[in-house]
Amino acid sequence: MQERRIETKRGLKSRVLEAGQGAPLVFFHGAGGLFKEEPLLEALAARFHVYAPEWPGYGADGGEEKLEDMLDFALHGWDVVDALGLERKPHLVGHSMGGMIAAEMACIANGALERLALLAPAGLWLDAHPIPDLFSMLPFELAAVLFADPKSGEKFLAGGVDFTNMDALTQFLVGNARRLGTAGKILFPIPDRRLSKRLYRLKAPTLLVWGNEDKLIPPVYADRWQALVPQADLARVPAAGHMAPYEQPAAVAAALQRFFEAK
Amino acid sequence: MPWPHLPDDFRQTHRSVWVDIDSSLYDPAEGNRVYHEYMDQLEYADSLGFDGIGVNEHHQNAYGLMPSPNIIAAGLARRTSRAAIAVIGNSIALYNPPIRVAEEFAMLDVISGGRLVAGFPVGTPMDTNFCYGQIPALTRDKYYEAHELIMRAWQEPKPFAFNGKYNQLRYVNCWPRPIQKPHPPIYIPGGGSIETWDFCVENDYNYSYLSYGGYKAGKALLDGYWERVAALGKDESPYRAAFAQVVCVADTDADAEKLYAEHVLYFYNRCLHVYLGFADPPGYRTIKTIQSGKLNQFRAENQRLFTSLTWKELVDGGFVIAGSPATVRERMEHMIKDLRLGCVFLLFMIGNMPDDKVRHSTKLFADKVMPQLRDLWPEWKNDDRFWVKPLETRVRPELPKNGR
Repeated sequence: MQERRIETKRGLKSRVLEAGQGAPLVFFHGAGGLFKEEPLLEALAARFHVYAPEWPGYGADGGEEKLEDMLDFALHGWDVVDALGLERKPHLVGHSMGGMIAAEMACIANGALERLALLAPAGLWLDAHPIPDLFSMLPFELAAVLFADPKSGEKFLAGGVDFTNMDALTQFLVGNARRLGTAGKILFPIPDRRLSKRLYRLKAPTLLVWGNEDKLIPPVYADRWQALVPQADLARVPAAGHMAPYEQPAAVAAALQRFFEAK
Repeated sequence: MPWPHLPDDFRQTHRSVWVDIDSSLYDPAEGNRVYHEYMDQLEYADSLGFDGIGVNEHHQNAYGLMPSPNIIAAGLARRTSRAAIAVIGNSIALYNPPIRVAEEFAMLDVISGGRLVAGFPVGTPMDTNFCYGQIPALTRDKYYEAHELIMRAWQEPKPFAFNGKYNQLRYVNCWPRPIQKPHPPIYIPGGGSIETWDFCVENDYNYSYLSYGGYKAGKALLDGYWERVAALGKDESPYRAAFAQVVCVADTDADAEKLYAEHVLYFYNRCLHVYLGFADPPGYRTIKTIQSGKLNQFRAENQRLFTSLTWKELVDGGFVIAGSPATVRERMEHMIKDLRLGCVFLLFMIGNMPDDKVRHSTKLFADKVMPQLRDLWPEWKNDDRFWVKPLETRVRPELPKNGR
């Protein structure tokens, strides 16, 4: 994938991964950020013009102090779309936190997108199914919650970092503090910023994609989304946890393609 | 102020002493006894001539039984008349709105006749983020705003509007007002965030390093603080710094171990059993502080630190200053000079120590150690910027008489 840099009207800079040709598709990453490998985006690039901007706090550009609450995040999302200079309305895709923000964006400016795909989105809360507290987990505890297959998940998350090396550890902790520190503004201590009362505004055709073995935001949340967004379809992904886009990228890509290309 | 009945296998059978501590371990009827015992001990310290008696704030914590230290301080203010009442302190970002702290501290200062030391901690992640739900990356920002609001509320002569990011108040008008002018001495308890150092130095507030790590571990941290004091061009008054230290005094060194070891070990090996995931939520610490390399708790060898400490390790490592009056005096003097301390928070009640032992240790210290430690900074003896200024004539409440 290619990289380009954009600057929003507000002056926030951001790295954007870009690939493919076709209808514009903007992907918003989750609380973990963009990874070294983005197999879902690679797959989607075969049919779409994919843009994957990095949230402030996730790249080298800074600016995360400018985002303080949900409205800041949602408007920044549209600022990024504006800065991309698209010729057509985009499809929006968001994973986890990115899905929460994309749904907010689609409620605020409900005529500004073609279709919306939410991959295990955050943003709702069910008392009977409390979402595990990601912010109190130790690095080695994350894989079991995020992946259907924790063994390969662990390797994926570490990304080759050696935690016994003090410099590497400091670098990792600085990055993690910036990433999850930023995410915490809309996810801590409970990832619910009252999106549910705004979802009535969402009018774009919507697809929910959920890993059958999601232990962070369990699939029961899909039912709640469908109750609040009656037009939303649901694609379930077998052998996938919360990180379905990384565990089963082909299946997720196929579901998205069917949805975006349906007449 | 610890709960004295954590089971022997607490570390093995419970995840954390703090945040999600098992509520079945608390017995309110026993709590009645415990609160009064601890408050009696603080009042006893006042009667022995200590300069101050202190309380602090923790939430959902089995070694800190004071979610509201102001309630304890109010009791102490009524039953003591001499010692400063050091509330170290209120986590001001947690009060909604923080004008509540301005009001309650003003009440304490007035009731005590101007004896309040006002502590403003940023607050631990356990208390502020996990128990009280504050967003980690915004906690410090909210703290600074609360500080500004409280200080203005105490000092501005007329009602004013406060248009903050976290607090919007159309009429700020603190009533009553503190006795001490322009405000009670401010102590900022901290755990090593370098921003807190500059904040203290710039405002001439006391920086209180509160840890149970002892003076050897505290040395590196306070050296960093004093470097900032010098770099910002301030004087080196030792009263800019305070330090908490566990102290156990007995007639002989051997007696100290015999009397106190099991209670101190109860504290270090049970009470400090905090789930590491609660200690550092991403965003709580600033990038500057992480980059400064104070990441010791993340190294595997340090995760085992408090699991099985022995008395010898605690004493040799400086976690605890224990022994005969002569031993304690010598080590205290070394600590005070080495760390350049104007104030030491002495922790006599530790772990599950019974009342008679606490009083024994406290009294020996007051009689045989304290007098020799009073004049270690003769060149700064007139520096009254960092201590209370009580009313000369103040009410000394009498104990109630039978009205029948």
